[in-house]
Amino acid sequence: MKILVTIKQVPDTATQVKVAADGKTIDTTGITWIVSPYDEFAVEEALRIKEKRGQGEVVAVSLGPDRVKEALRSCLAMGCDRAIHLNDPAWAAADTLATARALAAVIKQESAQLVLCGRQAIDDDMGAVTAQLAELLGWPCAYWIMEETIDADAKSVRAARQVEGGLEVFDLPLPAVLAAQKGLNEPRYPTLKGIMGAKKKEIKDLKASDLGGAVEPSQLSVVGLQALPPRPPGRIIQGDVPTAVKELVRSLREDAKAI
Amino acid sequence: MKLELNAEQQMIQTMAREFADSAIKPIAAEIDRDARFPHETVKRMGELGLMGIAVREQWGGSGADAVSYVVALEEIARACASHAVVMSVNNSLYGDPLLRYGTDAQRERFLKPVASGHALACFALSEPQAGSDATNQATLAVRDGADYIVNGRKRFITTGRESTFALVFCQTDRSLGYRGISAFLVEKGTPGFTVGKIEDKLGIRASDTAELIFEGCRVPAANRVGEEGQGFTIAMTAIDGGRIGIAAQAVGIATGAYERSVAYARERRAFGVPIGQHQMVQWMLADMATAIDGARLLTLRAATLKDSGRPYRTAAAMAKLFASETAMKVATDAIQVHGGYGFIKEYEVERAFRDAKITQLYEGTSQIQKLVIARDLLGDHDGRA
Ligand SMILES: Cc1cc2nc3c(=O)[nH]c(=O)nc-3n(C[C@H](O)[C@H](O)[C@H](O)COP(=O)(O)OP(=O)(O)OC[C@H]3O[C@@H](n4cnc5c(N)ncnc54)[C@H](O)[C@@H]3O)c2cc1C
Ligand SMILES: Cc1cc2nc3c(=O)[nH]c(=O)nc-3n(C[C@H](O)[C@H](O)[C@H](O)COP(=O)(O)OP(=O)(O)OC[C@H]3O[C@@H](n4cnc5c(N)ncnc54)[C@H](O)[C@@H]3O)c2cc1C
Repeated sequence: MKILVTIKQVPDTATQVKVAADGKTIDTTGITWIVSPYDEFAVEEALRIKEKRGQGEVVAVSLGPDRVKEALRSCLAMGCDRAIHLNDPAWAAADTLATARALAAVIKQESAQLVLCGRQAIDDDMGAVTAQLAELLGWPCAYWIMEETIDADAKSVRAARQVEGGLEVFDLPLPAVLAAQKGLNEPRYPTLKGIMGAKKKEIKDLKASDLGGAVEPSQLSVVGLQALPPRPPGRIIQGDVPTAVKELVRSLREDAKAI
Repeated sequence: MKLELNAEQQMIQTMAREFADSAIKPIAAEIDRDARFPHETVKRMGELGLMGIAVREQWGGSGADAVSYVVALEEIARACASHAVVMSVNNSLYGDPLLRYGTDAQRERFLKPVASGHALACFALSEPQAGSDATNQATLAVRDGADYIVNGRKRFITTGRESTFALVFCQTDRSLGYRGISAFLVEKGTPGFTVGKIEDKLGIRASDTAELIFEGCRVPAANRVGEEGQGFTIAMTAIDGGRIGIAAQAVGIATGAYERSVAYARERRAFGVPIGQHQMVQWMLADMATAIDGARLLTLRAATLKDSGRPYRTAAAMAKLFASETAMKVATDAIQVHGGYGFIKEYEVERAFRDAKITQLYEGTSQIQKLVIARDLLGDHDGRA
């Protein structure tokens, strides 16, 4: 079974994001880049499926500039068999739909039977690519997956997704697209052997022309980015307990309108 | 000159840091308090390939380089110095000499399980009367047909209780002095080989420090590493590499204490401002950061020399000397920055302070490092340390 995992390289979760001088992008100087954490769940799940079935291939795919190679290499170090890098200036301004189009074209080329994604990338939190991808492919799709089991003859997958107070269980015919939620698994650390072996694995570069067709202009354009206003400082209510509690309740009701 | 880790070294560093933060840091205080050997996490370190980093894959290791070893060890030590010393001994004092001086048969049986993390190993050189003066060996190995009969006691052996294999140094010809020392591999369970006293220590309390007792212990001659009389050279070569590991351990201990200090200096307020606004606190933090960087660079230089096959004895001694003195100073100042809270176990810099001390003592005290460095400066190369 061939499994394709789409991954996105994003700024480390600890990054203090700053708006760049153009007012439309973020300032990337000094940023540490990582594989988006939800995508790591997807990679881990793909590796587990392969290990459980005792055969198959796991291919990591990402769209982005040169630095994205690093993210792909860490997927190879975790155990992916090979990687594909969609790297072309034509995609520099790609929105989610343009990204989904490119990924869908690769998935077709590779004739994968299962696509695993993260439920959203933690940079802009759009969470749209997976659904767009499934739509373009005409494949069923399940989001926020907490569990999955593929039947023995790889014809369908049973997936359970998180809903309030429980799990919603679906049977999807394969091929299908699944988006991983936190809790699906605990991603492994790459072993030293995996890291040392990663450089021997293939990362194939693809340009827009390799996917047959021009890149359609983005439907979405960023008008501007604004930093969040600084959070107002907390307030400590002085006085003895009965008075302070009264003041707290009043303030929550009248100032904060929280109760 | 390029001062940048390559892609693999960076990935190894990230992996070690994330593993140390999530699996080791949470148990570090508890295993220190109880002097408990952390079997579970050490086993996971083996699975990750951290217990035989520089050993070739053929012999169960990871086939990485000394720089990778240093960056990984620093990350482990930043979370817990006890884990770091277990890793250091396994890699430097046991894996390295076996890789270098062992026969293929010895590597198959004694190195593979250790480098792949399935068994632990120790390095037994020190004796009650042979510490700094490691030439003064009293443990005897007397040839008897196809075997040697070993009698004697080894003191202060790291992982001595937990190890499956020991690399033991013995006098095979007393008349030759240190040129009569030979190295042997002895497996736990060999009749006549027992573990004696386990020391109750100031620091690195989760790592066991044991006495090894040999009473008429029969060791096959096939377990001798190298030639008769080559033992001291093997020991000193191992320790040269080991000192790079201890330097990395010291850098890690210092870094952990320093990071806690910076965080504390931002949070703690005195006289109406965060204490980091007081120039005297800034002074301490600036000195810490500068010394740590210096120690790290010396350590990476020694590792780089080792990787490129150039002489590194003096560079390793300098790294170990400077890094261990830095660790002690940084840990002391880290307590100072924390004020009275630094003296309390809950704040963890107290543990760094106790752990830092050992780095100035084992694998050659700071005085012995100076001796090694000075000997090199003055051109006295008789191979002794
Ligand atoms: C926790 C721990 C773990 C250890 N692990 C191991 C291990 O795994 N394997 C192993 O073989 N050993 C191990 N050791 C032993 C360690 O290497 C020795 O303790 C160390 O070499 C110092 O020897 P010593 O304790 O006998 O001190 P001594 O040699 O008695 O030194 C006492 C003092 O005299 C100074 N001194 C001695 N000679 C000179 C000189 N020529 N010039 C100037 N000053 C001098 C020393 O610097 C020191 O300050 C360990 C020790 C400890 C405490
Ligand atoms: C074991 C122990 C016993 C104690 N016993 C007693 C007792 O019996 N009675 C009692 O009342 N107290 C006692 N104390 C409290 C002790 O006196 C305080 O811990 C000490 O005064 C330091 O205060 P702090 O811990 O709040 O550190 P902080 O005041 O928070 O200091 C933190 C750091 O900031 C530095 N700093 C703070 N202000 C400045 C400045 N203006 N300029 C430059 N540097 C600055 C400090 O030097 C220190 O390095 C005890 C503490 C301990 C640990």
